[in-house]
Amino acid sequence: MALKTETMVLNMGPQHPSTHGVLRLELELDGELIVNVKPHLGYLHRCFEKHAEAMQYNQVIPYTDRMDYLASMGNNFGYVLAVEKLLGIQVPERVEYIRVIMAELQRIASHCVALGTNGADIGALTPFLYLFRDREYILSIIEETCGARMLYNYMWVGGLSHDIHPNFVRRTKEFTSYFKNTIVELDNLLSYNKIFIERTANIGILPADTAINYGATGPMLRGSGVKFDLRKDDTYSIYNRFDFDIPVGKGLQGSVGDSWDRYYVRVREMEQSLRIIEQAIDQIPEGDVHSAIPKRIKPPKGTVYSRVENPRGELGYFIISDGNTNPFRVKVRAPSFVNLEILGELCKGHLVADVIAILGSIDIVLGEVDR
Amino acid sequence: MYQYFYELTGSVIISTLITAIFPLVNVLLVALIGVYLERKVSAWMQDRVGPNRTGPFGLFQTIADFLKMLQKEDAVSSEVDKKLYNIAPVLVFAGSFAVYAVIPFSSKLIGSEIEVGLFYALAVSSFVVAGILMAGWSSNNKYSLLGAMRSAAQIVSYEIPTALVVLGMVMLLGTLSLTKISDMQTAYFWNWNIFGGPELSVTKFILIPFMLVGFVIMFISTLAEVNRTPFDIPEAESELVAGYFTEYCGMKWAMFMLSEYGNMFAVSAIVSILFFGGYQSPFGYLGNTLGLHWLIPYEQAFWFIFKGWFFIFVQMWLRWTLPRLRVDQLMTVCWKYLIPYAFVNLIVIGIISLF
Repeated sequence: MALKTETMVLNMGPQHPSTHGVLRLELELDGELIVNVKPHLGYLHRCFEKHAEAMQYNQVIPYTDRMDYLASMGNNFGYVLAVEKLLGIQVPERVEYIRVIMAELQRIASHCVALGTNGADIGALTPFLYLFRDREYILSIIEETCGARMLYNYMWVGGLSHDIHPNFVRRTKEFTSYFKNTIVELDNLLSYNKIFIERTANIGILPADTAINYGATGPMLRGSGVKFDLRKDDTYSIYNRFDFDIPVGKGLQGSVGDSWDRYYVRVREMEQSLRIIEQAIDQIPEGDVHSAIPKRIKPPKGTVYSRVENPRGELGYFIISDGNTNPFRVKVRAPSFVNLEILGELCKGHLVADVIAILGSIDIVLGEVDR
Repeated sequence: MYQYFYELTGSVIISTLITAIFPLVNVLLVALIGVYLERKVSAWMQDRVGPNRTGPFGLFQTIADFLKMLQKEDAVSSEVDKKLYNIAPVLVFAGSFAVYAVIPFSSKLIGSEIEVGLFYALAVSSFVVAGILMAGWSSNNKYSLLGAMRSAAQIVSYEIPTALVVLGMVMLLGTLSLTKISDMQTAYFWNWNIFGGPELSVTKFILIPFMLVGFVIMFISTLAEVNRTPFDIPEAESELVAGYFTEYCGMKWAMFMLSEYGNMFAVSAIVSILFFGGYQSPFGYLGNTLGLHWLIPYEQAFWFIFKGWFFIFVQMWLRWTLPRLRVDQLMTVCWKYLIPYAFVNLIVIGIISLF
């Protein structure tokens, strides 16, 4: 007679060291094997979208900071591009260049956190602290220019809140040459570490068609081998002027689309961001960053959907204007939210320890998932 | 040690007391220094400063922590199995503390000089498993239970390669007494077992590679036995919050911590006794050269503590460098790699010891 066994329900989070915030996962376990994963969201819901309806267009910008708080520049960028498209404003060249540099710096800083926490979840605490040390470098560069370290409110509709600090160009150049060593160090310490590869390769394999069906974007999609990056495929701002590659997952250590591929795509993306910054930093034209900022933002009736490539994927803003000073509706397509949906699919049949590795490789920010 | 202090003081009571308190003081000291060192070593490796506020170089940080633990409220969840919950930390601590009774810090400085010291140490240290299982089960917490189950599986599995290596050494040396094993490796460092032992013959050179393999197997499996990275799966904080001691706080929690650091030193001591001459100095004694024979036990104690802390440093080094393995990979390492190699090693050493 077969022994009757039951599955165990393990509640992971909302207070758990590696759910990256207040995510609650309901794990159904058979021993240590995952039978089912049920994510529960909403612990950090702050009604961003409803809030935005009660504010003027420029007042929404600080709230966008607070969605993906690891990539506030990208959030600002997406929102101001959408409103500018609605208004039909052309911003000065200088603004375009500074925005791109800031967004790419932010991408590196955000990937630092993503890679570091992914490693830390698996037990490698030292690379995590090395990456945070270098993220600090970026934050201090940005701080010098806009005064904030995390929630910048830097990009305004039609311009920027401040011009760059006189030290900005020099320090950014110093950073780009310095950070290349960090990437080498990271590769040696973590990326090609045998134990790390054992833990992430062939874990949580996401086939390309599943990724597309679920609407995954960003490193999640590129890790599965799909070469899709909005900076190239639906280019915005001045990204078409720069020469850079789109790294995709090739399954170097396991199969295409496993956790290691998603990790590795981020490492290589940091290199490409450095390339963009290096090209852009020498070309910043002279000019005034405030000249195109409208006195009063009152766009004509209409709708606009504008999307940017945030570190976590496609960040889209859908804005409906009814001709007033407040937006009628702001809908955000948050990349983390969409990417998180795949978690259950990825975890089935793996062990409890793998949930952590997979969740780390998805790289969610709960501020953005719940908004 | 009893003899030594008896000759020194002439009092039975004082010498008995010192002998009895000695292991306790040792394990507490090891834990105090160990926690401090762990923080400092990790800080150096991670480009940080580490504790530097409490006392010079933050030296009193662990003492401050210890005082804080003592003052803390002993919060116990109403759902726990009270008896087991309260016994578990004591049992775990007792297991690691009892090992210190037989560890020879020098030829004179040893709690109890028993003939089967090695066997006793292995037996008593596996006592810890019972405590860990108790803690996990009685906490009535799923994370604790998972941690305890992992821990029991891990410690029981990794005792096999340890025992196999120890068995080989015992066959070769013909004794289980830790002091005798140490005394065999006296004089210079080329007499250490890792370099083939004191006898200068062909077998010495044949032994060296097998000794190295034995040492590596033993070191890896002791890492797993004391739950250190890359084998810190039972308490993997990113998965299981804190593993089997999730539900504990205050002094009870501190006892788990104490026993962890106590164990670290204990296994380092066993490894250094078996392979690295125990308390023997690598290059003769200053006491012999100067004719001051009373100096020798102190020198020996210095070398023993130095070796012990060196291995602890290596353990910390590994912890702050490597990620952790998954539970099934951990078992794979043990059953598919360590145990077969340990068996081969055992057989070869057995054959060599015949000659």
